[in-house]
Amino acid sequence: MTKTADVVAFERNVTKALDDGQLRRNLRSAMTTLSQRRRALFADAEAFEQLRAQGQSIRRRALSRLPELLEQLEARCTDNGIQVHWAETTAEANAICLDIIRRHGAQRVIKGKSMVSEEMHLNHFLEEQGIEALETDLGEYIIQLDGETPSHIIVPAIHKNKDQIAHLFHDRIPNAPYTEVVEELNAIARQELREKFRAGEVGVSGVNFAVAETGTLCLVENEGNGRMCTTAPPVHIALMGLEKVVEKLQDVPPLLRLLTGSATGQPITTYFNMITAPRQPDERDGPQEVHLVILDNGRSSIYGDPERRATLQCIRCGACLNHCPIYTRLGGHAYGHVYPGPIGSILTPQLEGLDEAGVMASASTFCGACEEVCPVKIPFTEILRMLRNEAYARGESEHDVKGHGYRYTTVEALSWKSWALYNTSPGLARIGSQILGKLGQHLPMIGPLKEWTRTRTSPPFAPKSLHQLAQERGLDHDR
Amino acid sequence: MNDPSPASIPRPGKVYYFGTCVIDACFPQAGLAGIELLQREGVHVIFPQAQSCCGQPAHNSGFPDEARRVARHQLKAFPKDDPIVVPSGSCAGMLKHQYPHLFAHEPDLDEVRRFSSRIYELSEFMVKVLQVRLEDRGEPIKVTWHSSCHALREMAIIPYAKTLLGQLERVELVELQNERECCGFGGTFSVKQPAISAAMAGDKVNDIVQTGAARVLSTDCGCLLNIAGTLGYRQLNVPTQHLAEFILERT
Repeated sequence: MTKTADVVAFERNVTKALDDGQLRRNLRSAMTTLSQRRRALFADAEAFEQLRAQGQSIRRRALSRLPELLEQLEARCTDNGIQVHWAETTAEANAICLDIIRRHGAQRVIKGKSMVSEEMHLNHFLEEQGIEALETDLGEYIIQLDGETPSHIIVPAIHKNKDQIAHLFHDRIPNAPYTEVVEELNAIARQELREKFRAGEVGVSGVNFAVAETGTLCLVENEGNGRMCTTAPPVHIALMGLEKVVEKLQDVPPLLRLLTGSATGQPITTYFNMITAPRQPDERDGPQEVHLVILDNGRSSIYGDPERRATLQCIRCGACLNHCPIYTRLGGHAYGHVYPGPIGSILTPQLEGLDEAGVMASASTFCGACEEVCPVKIPFTEILRMLRNEAYARGESEHDVKGHGYRYTTVEALSWKSWALYNTSPGLARIGSQILGKLGQHLPMIGPLKEWTRTRTSPPFAPKSLHQLAQERGLDHDR
Repeated sequence: MNDPSPASIPRPGKVYYFGTCVIDACFPQAGLAGIELLQREGVHVIFPQAQSCCGQPAHNSGFPDEARRVARHQLKAFPKDDPIVVPSGSCAGMLKHQYPHLFAHEPDLDEVRRFSSRIYELSEFMVKVLQVRLEDRGEPIKVTWHSSCHALREMAIIPYAKTLLGQLERVELVELQNERECCGFGGTFSVKQPAISAAMAGDKVNDIVQTGAARVLSTDCGCLLNIAGTLGYRQLNVPTQHLAEFILERT
């Protein structure tokens, strides 16, 4: 059967990831720690269920009024002195950032962690324009040193262990001594970054929650680098996907609790920043300009479909990654796209199109671990199934996901039609199971059976089916 | 969903039995064991010969029309109001929880909902409805347990299965380290993403071996097909068995 390009690329990545024993050990150890911490924090199952029902309803309420909340957010931010920009595509968002940076004649941008900036490939874009964009989150800093992209949406360097980082620092940071002591590694990074914070001319950050009623941008972080990026340089650019808006300030505490608890098992992060305005005349610090760039990049199309909309409930905690048996085996890079794991598998095919990333929807056993931990109860398996349906849906499709029907082949469609015929024709099935019972152990190893038997013994087809045995025993089969 | 004891329906005189396609082709003895356990409790078991597959393979693979066609065939094969007992958490999950999704925009949704409300997984039915008490007559044995994901999460019937296991006095249960983690079967996933599936099955098998158990038990023959196949390929001698067969053998 012919394989689509996304399938071929994914299979190559999977082989590479699975062959990397160090990667698998690093991931397993990190994921075990993260999930244990989360479980410890949410030990009271009933209280957690209540909290996540609340989280779900806050996010649903926000999405149900999304257009008006975004307008309100823009109005409040503007009142507060934050300049709001709308970007339909990542190219537009990059151009907006470049324009702001150029207007200030800036050469050095310092960045807090932002997955939207990864979605925009902002660093690469700025580099091409001769502007340095330095990551200041420790994990992001590590992978930037190594020329990599994040492998996790919360813990970007989770695929690396301490020893690998020790070598990396020694090799890439001038005059850095070799050390495997975590505190010393932190100190090396801290010293390097301190200088960069001083020299940064524009700060870029993400946004965890944007509050419509007050025009407040909330930023959750553990290292203080986010606060540095949003206060030290004279200009701050905040990047957000348009789904990040919430209605009221009082919506934030439950979501914050769910976010930090689900992500790292922390009751709260070390830093929680609420940015409402640029520096006021009577204030001594803070940026003179704050810009908010609100990115669509396919989100409004997701919003427009009631069954796909739940995708936008996500608060990017990463718990679905940490509990996914497939993410745990592969890590983030194998997915080949910015957002990996279960959330990536439902989001990316919708943002970039099934023909680009449809294979991600097949990277699931439907085990439901993601749904079980999701703090806002996203119905992952339902959305994944819908995407699989869309991948084969030709002509007009029910949900009109970009690239739908890309995986359709006459051969596969025919094989499912035959399967349906077999399973709706008792006479045919009777003959079929008799043949299977006689020849089961001598079937040619082709197609699915070939894949199955690469690492397993052949299925033990029984000489007589349950149908036959039930009949022989005279079981009632009336009607 | 997870109420441990009280009977949700009065003890019925007769039930339908949905054997599942994996059991039909590969593990008919497990299917028969489930039937015998029900008959032993004085329940009349009806096995419609027209039944086939629940439709999950197509439902999970992007072919909802074919899944619905096969699903409607099951609706016809089990026409009366009797409960339908299924010796699999995964197939029961499909029949009970997925059918209403699959038919969400179909004219026969109400009929589907009525059908789905009659579905019970076997161990759930034995504990919740029949309130079975088992008497262990077997030799002492150390076993380990594999929770299928759909039995664990979608059907939430693992407490019932373990209640039955707990009634067997001479059976020592050694839990897996990662009991809640998928074995990598996932139906068509196992052949569409064979490398990932094999990696997951490999880890599951290692987990099983380190328990030192003499047998692996489960409510789901799909998982057992995957686990037994992997154990066999690696020439590891830990037999796998459906819970129903294990219980019948010892009681």
